[in-house]
Amino acid sequence: MALSGGVAMANPEPDQLNMTKGAAEWSPYGMHMVALWVCVVIGIVVFGAMFVAMFRFRKSRGAVAEKWSHSTKLEIVWTVIPVIILIFLAKLATGGLTSFADTTGSEMTIKVTGYQWKWRYDYVEYKGKPVDRVGFMSKLEESSDRTRQLKSNLDPDKIQVDGYKTYLLDVDKPLVVPVGTKIRFIIVGGDVIHSWWVPALGWKMDAIPGIANSAWTKLKEPGVYRGQCAELCGQDHGFMPIVVKAVPKAEFDQWLATQQDEAKVQQAAQTAQANPATAPQG
Amino acid sequence: MANAATHDHHDHAHHAPQGFFQRWVMSTNHKDIGTLYLIFSLTMFFIGGAFAMVIRAELFKPGMQLVQPYFFNEMTTMHALVMIFGAIMPSFVGLANWMIPLMVGAPDMALPRMNNLSFWIMPFAFTLLLGTLFMPGGGPAGGWTMYPPLSLQGESIAYVVFAVHLMGISSIMGAINIIATILNMRAPGMDLLKMPVFVWSWLITAFLLIAVMPVLAGAVTMLLTDKYFHTNFFNAAGGGDPVLYQHIFWFFGHPEVYIMILPAFGIISEIIPTFARKPIFGYRAMVFAIASIAFLSFIVWAHHMFAVGLPMGAEIFFMYATMLIAVPTGVKVFNWVSTMWGGSMTFETPMLFSIAFVILFTIGGFSGLMLALAPADFQYHDTYFVVAHFHYVLVTGAAFSIMAAAYYWLPKWSGHMYNETWGKIHFWSSVISVNVLFFPQHFLGLAGMPRRIPDYNVAFANFNMISSIGGFWFGASQLIFLGVVVHCVFFSKKKAADRSWEGAKGLEWTVPSPAPHHTFDVPPVIHDDELAHGNTDH
Repeated sequence: MALSGGVAMANPEPDQLNMTKGAAEWSPYGMHMVALWVCVVIGIVVFGAMFVAMFRFRKSRGAVAEKWSHSTKLEIVWTVIPVIILIFLAKLATGGLTSFADTTGSEMTIKVTGYQWKWRYDYVEYKGKPVDRVGFMSKLEESSDRTRQLKSNLDPDKIQVDGYKTYLLDVDKPLVVPVGTKIRFIIVGGDVIHSWWVPALGWKMDAIPGIANSAWTKLKEPGVYRGQCAELCGQDHGFMPIVVKAVPKAEFDQWLATQQDEAKVQQAAQTAQANPATAPQG
Repeated sequence: MANAATHDHHDHAHHAPQGFFQRWVMSTNHKDIGTLYLIFSLTMFFIGGAFAMVIRAELFKPGMQLVQPYFFNEMTTMHALVMIFGAIMPSFVGLANWMIPLMVGAPDMALPRMNNLSFWIMPFAFTLLLGTLFMPGGGPAGGWTMYPPLSLQGESIAYVVFAVHLMGISSIMGAINIIATILNMRAPGMDLLKMPVFVWSWLITAFLLIAVMPVLAGAVTMLLTDKYFHTNFFNAAGGGDPVLYQHIFWFFGHPEVYIMILPAFGIISEIIPTFARKPIFGYRAMVFAIASIAFLSFIVWAHHMFAVGLPMGAEIFFMYATMLIAVPTGVKVFNWVSTMWGGSMTFETPMLFSIAFVILFTIGGFSGLMLALAPADFQYHDTYFVVAHFHYVLVTGAAFSIMAAAYYWLPKWSGHMYNETWGKIHFWSSVISVNVLFFPQHFLGLAGMPRRIPDYNVAFANFNMISSIGGFWFGASQLIFLGVVVHCVFFSKKKAADRSWEGAKGLEWTVPSPAPHHTFDVPPVIHDDELAHGNTDH
């Protein structure tokens, strides 16, 4: 698997200044950039006018104060122009919301449960068929966990995977998903409120006890996408990362089959343990 | 003008009571109570600032060097509670106490004994709140928003809830007093639409306070009963709903953020005309814009909750309503710029802080507009982008306006001019450091750093270090402020004129500096030309 390289910018990079396009079909990046440029242009006009005023109309240059203090025409102008800009932005944003809310046509369902302070992933359904007992906990991997202890004196820079410094952004067992597949996530909270956030997916969704939230993604390229819990959830809120490993479909099918087989073996063993009467006596 | 009465220094009723206890603890004088509020809020500003220094020190570089994660969470929670309820809000109330009677020609606040009570509740409320830090189990660590179920895991919730109740009672009494004063005690001729914008902004803010503080009290009371009396308002396992709390909290919380900025709008609208020597542009539009923002503040609360999984219809409604706020806010910014245009400007410290306010608050407004766009907020929400946004509107917005007000009215309060050189040093040091502190946080948020985390990936290291350096620098700069104020009050030899600023208009500048203990025993005769907004018809 080529996991670095082309998709490296999907994860936080040193001195990164801006949001990235991410790795999924749905992305807020376009909306963000439009809004950013609208703000920059308005800022240049308004602050420009201010600085011209501060330069031209200073007492030390002999400026004499004028008497006017009202202009209905001007006030109408700077009420109407912002309204027009806002309507344009609202139209764009409404489109983004509508497409985000549409979880129909998904080919896969994964249930995500937030716990203090780890995540659980359960594969519920894939290609219209229920998945049998594939689910696991996913928590901060050990070297980060050791390094993040108070006064551990361990170097966070030393923790690397494929040349990427993964301190606090790596787990013991990542969520494996197929690329090019519309995946529906059902997100719930097991104890307190958490929020499942992988920046490369372009959204976060709160994991709330008693409420099943849904969201979707369709990843374009294989890669490892890293994120974190985004809702304060207690002392180790900063230490429950998320890793999504996107693999080609065929590879995913194989992975899922292996997991299902393992689950069967495990289940058989558990049944045998639970009913010792039927187990062969030694 | 009726200055004869206020200039009468032989009248013993015009002197403050002699005993310290009688003067300060039993005070019913609006000026003394205003001073108490201002001293209290400055104290809280430094305590909340100390918490911020702990936060920035821990975030100086990756890895945990100083504090345990739980204590870090206590610091973020207490920093917010102390700054919001202890520093920003009481300082605006202090300014209101001092200035509203002087600005409308009233002898005192309408309800002076209640005024005393609303101040003296505050030290007890904050003793309770800050005391939790020294108790077994520690202080609140679930964030200032106190979202359940997390907040219910803390052992200090009862103390916090009681402290919030006390602060709420204090705020409501303060608000009643301000409304009663403005509506009943204006001097003849001080029509509503001739009042200073600062007075207007406080009239509207006071109504917001009365409307929402009981809502907060209700929300935290439900937390208390969920924790100790086995109710299930917010407990999903008992049929409750954790999201209900967020709706109630933010129904308080959004008007609350305008409670912290509308008086700032008022202050800036007084200072810019003074130093531009030109009346404020579009007085009526300025007042109407404040009222519109106040109204809109009640119908935008769920924009704090775009990521809780609201139905799409709700997201669209709250997004549109939030975006609408940009219109009246834009009017205010454009009108401030127009007030400057064609003026005859000088740049004393209050004006410098006001100009910085207009620019930096607008930057906070821009990020606010971006956050209003729900699809983009799915990415921005709960990141450092949000942290940068609300610190631009609260520090370079609300706090800068308070500093501007302090420099502007210190001569009137103390009777002395502050040291202009040191005031300017304080300004430049603050304005540069505050941007070093908060601007890089936009980048951190966009790159993917969540807020309220005690440690982070090494990719975020450089900007966090820059931000921390800015933080220590900004914190140290405020010691200059303390020094300038102390010097002005106790040591300055430079007497202030009654009209301390050349272009200053309004009744507060017709009384002596320092303002005598009692002013306007006889209502002043008002000449429209002497008011800042006396001639609003043209």
